[in-house]
Amino acid sequence: MHILGQILFTGIILFAILILYRRIRFITSTIRLGKEQRIGGDTKRRWMNVLLIAFGQKKMFRRPMAAFLHLLIYVGFIIINLEVLEFIIDGLSGQHRFFAKVLQNWYPTETGYNAFYNILMNGFEFLTAGVIIACIIFLIRRNVLKIKRFTGIEMTRWPLLDANLILIFEIILMTAILTMNGADQVLQDLGSEGYINTGTLYISHKIIVPMVENLDVGQLIIIERFCWWFHIIGILGFAVYVTYSKHLHIIMAFPNTYYGNLAPPATMNNMEEVMNEVKMMLGLQAPETGMQEEIARFGVKDVTDLKWKNIMDAFTCTECGRCTSVCPANLTGKKLSPRKIIMDVRDRAEILGRSVTKDDEGSLFDHISKEEIFACTTCNACIDICPVSIDPVAVILGLRRYIAMEESLSPADWNMMFNNIETNFAPWKVPASDRFKWAEFMVPNKK
Amino acid sequence: MNKKRDMEVPLMADLAAKNKTPEYLLWVGCAGSYDERYQKVIQALIKVLNQASIDFAVLGPEESCTGDPARRAGNELLFQMQALSNIQVLNNYKIEKIITPCPHCYNTFKNEYPALGGNYQVIHHTELLDQILSDNPSTLKSLDDFEGKKITYHDSCYLGRSNNIYDPPRRIIEYLKGTLNEMGRIKADGLCCGAGGSQMFKEAEKGAKDINIERTEEVLKSRAEIVTTACPFCLTMLSDGIKAFEKEDDIKVLDIVELFEKPDDKPAS
Repeated sequence: MHILGQILFTGIILFAILILYRRIRFITSTIRLGKEQRIGGDTKRRWMNVLLIAFGQKKMFRRPMAAFLHLLIYVGFIIINLEVLEFIIDGLSGQHRFFAKVLQNWYPTETGYNAFYNILMNGFEFLTAGVIIACIIFLIRRNVLKIKRFTGIEMTRWPLLDANLILIFEIILMTAILTMNGADQVLQDLGSEGYINTGTLYISHKIIVPMVENLDVGQLIIIERFCWWFHIIGILGFAVYVTYSKHLHIIMAFPNTYYGNLAPPATMNNMEEVMNEVKMMLGLQAPETGMQEEIARFGVKDVTDLKWKNIMDAFTCTECGRCTSVCPANLTGKKLSPRKIIMDVRDRAEILGRSVTKDDEGSLFDHISKEEIFACTTCNACIDICPVSIDPVAVILGLRRYIAMEESLSPADWNMMFNNIETNFAPWKVPASDRFKWAEFMVPNKK
Repeated sequence: MNKKRDMEVPLMADLAAKNKTPEYLLWVGCAGSYDERYQKVIQALIKVLNQASIDFAVLGPEESCTGDPARRAGNELLFQMQALSNIQVLNNYKIEKIITPCPHCYNTFKNEYPALGGNYQVIHHTELLDQILSDNPSTLKSLDDFEGKKITYHDSCYLGRSNNIYDPPRRIIEYLKGTLNEMGRIKADGLCCGAGGSQMFKEAEKGAKDINIERTEEVLKSRAEIVTTACPFCLTMLSDGIKAFEKEDDIKVLDIVELFEKPDDKPAS
């Protein structure tokens, strides 16, 4: 039986690794659809950002209530993974509570259980309970209180379902751990073979034990084993699910904050090919022969015109909607939602990523309308508030460049403004010769 | 201080002819050059600069759009034309320090011209005023009394979030003994006036309300008697907002530098 379990377990682990490997390859190659961009320098500041923004969740704390609940789930998630490590060792080696055995052998106690292991397990149980409570509150916030941030045109069926699935999934996984511990403790009390003494695990003892203590050994073992298998297969399934979900931020938050923009946010990237062209026109630079590199396209029409970091942004987004909740355009009822822009980039990138030729008839404009693109005030509030260093404005401005330079389809007012700058050197229809008129009456001795 | 000196506007070209280079260039910007309301702000600024004996000059007819509105609207080619021509002019005059009251010009000079070969020390006028008040306060006196006056300050996105200038304008208000009545959304959480990203130069997209109305509601909620700002576009948007609520008699819209003007010189919003 043990051997069969071990083989099954090893098989499941290998299968999960294979699927995960393929998913990771898909995501990285999809991110690489973006244009090359060298992001480096100031390594110290970048690591500080990873530490503070990703690991320390600094930006989350601008909204303390959500931050606290999120922190519970986050800490729970990270630390409970230590227990998953024990699960994996147990599963591969066909043991039960490997760490408990090791610790007890290493430091035998009269009580019959290792105090350190007991404290550790109790700690996990408290976190488990914390995660369950936080997930329930999050579900209430989404589905009962219907907090505005979680709604919007982009929050269609899948994104809403995705968010709820994750929360429900976590509640079920955590319940499995507590149930398993409860059954385990009754088995310990009954002296069942292989169930090493863990000492009292308070939460499961209080909640689960009263529910299962009247069952017989066989039933208890079935419950305990079922929960164990359910939890570990659940965790692996969840790991695969995450790669299809908004929940990918648990991984991507780290590289994305590392590669986050360090320049002041209102700095637009310089289009060197245009600059060099203009320099030649103005006679500031000799025309370089042989370097006549054909400019593929001005601005952004598709995700392949974006930089890879923009696509990484899209895979990092967890659709929390903080960006949209501070967007002045969205707040006043315009169609623009920065979250939608980023979700559209991910949708489009995944379509192209799946296509073999990496080329089809489509473009980002199938997902994003001009009305959205033209509504942005570039106030950068969305960039500032994003807890994982995503930049929606870069995408919007890239699309504007395509519309202005490739299509010449900017709003009529803007075309007029372009005209004014070209002829009057000011954005308004004013005579260039009047530029210094403002000073006339201030300089009585002039003229 | 005599009036003529107060109003003096030295021209870069004139100084260059005498082989002189001033310490600062005052970049007036398009709003300061053409917008009647904002010309008043420039006048106030020039008086203050002269009072504090700041060694400056303007480009006058040689000034041109920085290219920011073209760039934000997607026209990189036009931006590059403007920027590279401006950089030629600035570098010809060997300009090192630029004072400007326009946060959009400020941002472009400071963060975007370096990639094109234009490297300057850029100072926003609120930073300069704040500096003068801390180094040499005797040179700068407000002709108005703000004791107990409720003043609020609207952060410009390009000054605040984009360039981290939150405190200098607030310190100036405090220095003038005004009571700072902050709005709900300030500093990094500040709400845009609606003009950024070249919105100033086009009709707003369809929506439930205009952004400047949303912001003006917050201004009115602050119960301030004066709303200050430090950006020509914010000034226009807020003035329009106050007018839309017909509150011109209750609340003035001023640039920070106009707090140094005589009360009767101050334009009504």
